[in-house]
Amino acid sequence: MIVWVPMDSASKAVGADEVAAALLAEAEARGVTLDLRRNGARGMVWLEPLVEVEIDGVRHGFGPMTVADVPALFEDLSAHPLALGPVDELDWMRRQTRLTFARCGVIEPLSLAQYRANGGLKGLRRALGMAPGEVVAEVTASGLRGRGGAGFPTGIKWQTVHDAPGTRKYIVCNADEGDSGTFADRMIMEGDPFSLIEGMAIAGLAVGATKGFVYLRSEYPDAISVMEQAVRTARAEGVLGLDVLGSGRAFDMEIRVGAGAYVCGEETSLLNSLEGRRGVVRAKPPLPALSGLFGCPTVVNNVISLATVPVILEKGAQHYADFGLGRSRGTVTLQIAGNVARGGLFETAFGISLGAVVDDLAGGTASGRPVKAVQVGGPLGAYMPREKFDTPLGYEEFDAAGGLVGHAGIVVFDDRADMLVMARFAMEFCAVESCGKCTPCRIGAVRGVETIDRIAQGDGSAIPLLSDLCETMKDGSLCALGGFTPFPVMSALTHFPDDFAQNREAAE
Amino acid sequence: MTQPTAPVAPPDRAEIDAIIAAHSGLEGPLLPILHALQDAFGHVPQAALAPLAEALRVTRAELHGVISFYHDFREAPAGRHVLKICRAEACQAMGGAALAEDTLRRLGLDWHGTTGNGAVTVEPVYCLGLCACAPAVMVDGRVHGRVDAARMDALLAEAGA
Repeated sequence: MIVWVPMDSASKAVGADEVAAALLAEAEARGVTLDLRRNGARGMVWLEPLVEVEIDGVRHGFGPMTVADVPALFEDLSAHPLALGPVDELDWMRRQTRLTFARCGVIEPLSLAQYRANGGLKGLRRALGMAPGEVVAEVTASGLRGRGGAGFPTGIKWQTVHDAPGTRKYIVCNADEGDSGTFADRMIMEGDPFSLIEGMAIAGLAVGATKGFVYLRSEYPDAISVMEQAVRTARAEGVLGLDVLGSGRAFDMEIRVGAGAYVCGEETSLLNSLEGRRGVVRAKPPLPALSGLFGCPTVVNNVISLATVPVILEKGAQHYADFGLGRSRGTVTLQIAGNVARGGLFETAFGISLGAVVDDLAGGTASGRPVKAVQVGGPLGAYMPREKFDTPLGYEEFDAAGGLVGHAGIVVFDDRADMLVMARFAMEFCAVESCGKCTPCRIGAVRGVETIDRIAQGDGSAIPLLSDLCETMKDGSLCALGGFTPFPVMSALTHFPDDFAQNREAAE
Repeated sequence: MTQPTAPVAPPDRAEIDAIIAAHSGLEGPLLPILHALQDAFGHVPQAALAPLAEALRVTRAELHGVISFYHDFREAPAGRHVLKICRAEACQAMGGAALAEDTLRRLGLDWHGTTGNGAVTVEPVYCLGLCACAPAVMVDGRVHGRVDAARMDALLAEAGA
């Protein structure tokens, strides 16, 4: 009997380890031979722990599994109360275009053999047969843009590093996924770690770098553990090292652990942190592509950007570019979170509307109450009201609607959310996490909290002051922390003015 | 990366030196060393600062600047268990703020406080990547999702709060 139980931390957080232990105990008690495999997560978090049982080579899902429902898995499976049918046939799976996440949830994450058997390393092999400039051109032609939030064309960044003089260059993976509502980086690192390793190796070959670092946040202990084991395996199997896949070319990498500073998700403070300094933001120029880690030309890319590179090389740039909308090519890895009936990861071509995500995919709120606001793009993203639900997911499209796609995290709030409280939280968060280098962010965020408190006490004259402060932060901050905190604040104020009204206390 | 669980060993100079030596060949060794020191001693001990500054050829002031910049590094040991409660937006959308407030009130603590018996330190965390099974918490590096009051009670009882 082959049974799969995810080892993703979201699955573990809701009892996957307990379910796995119960399966082993039950099998032993019944004298059944159990082949228990731990896969990554499929992304249907509302069904977690999602147990899969292979029946005639087809994986059937059962979830959300509880310890009490384990014994019935050894009886008539078609009569199991949590039976979902074949996992690949579920609506959520069938409607996706899984390119980056093709293997996630399917294979055992640390099995290089299963990785190979499912298309892994084909992209790297192809890249090894190409000139570095050709690899860069392939990534440029795919239209891939930085999935960390900024949306900068990945190929252009690589070209800059490729062209930069210098014998020592670095690939740095930004795995400091601190934005609330985002977990795609964590899922791929826990569920398909070799895809990130392969992507970084391809990046190294393309730009002439032989060393890479993954800067992984300390809040992700499971991802750290999986990535460290995967790097060791990749090195032992000759995927990393002095002779990548027998090519005679070198690339190796290390996992580095962050230390709880949100601002280190900003690329220049991340580089300072890697160097062992305070994670303060650096002024640009110089661009990290020209003078990055230890002053050397450095590619800094997000996890999803790098993990998408292997499939682009494997299937060709055009295959990837054929998906998408306008200048947003390929797929977006939506992370549907917060107060939703169905939350999780959904990979699809750019262009789906926000409303389709919230009402259709997510199935509305978990609480069953009306949706009030949706924050897209993390704590620095705008709160979108229902009037903006026709906005298609695309970098330019969201920008035009006053929001940002960011890392494509989507957090849904029901009608009990107080948007003044959310605006205050945005300012408070900025104050806690500001690196302190620039004044608009360091002082502005503190003043922002105070100003919102005045509004909460009925002082309407503080509203123009808040708008003015947000303008200053937006225009005067060095990085996106101070510069984008005004997005959630001003969108809350603009779209939900009742929550900021002078008579709010009387109204409550 | 895992949170310290006291009782912690008293800082031992030989162990400090060994930790520094084990990592000093890395490129940018400071954060890995600080993490290793904290894993070993539950905090970054004062006794480590002089040898660390000397080994990396940085000033004590620079070292202090780095240690104090990051939320993770402690100058004194935490309680035997560290409970991190997510305060970020997705957890707030599922009642995370109320869960945090109730927990702190019950324990009579503020953020970063430790229970009188030294069992539990409560800290805020801004996102554990468990945003689709919110609200989420982490106890000593183990994550828990869909945490309600009953689940929190069980976790606190287990930790001896």
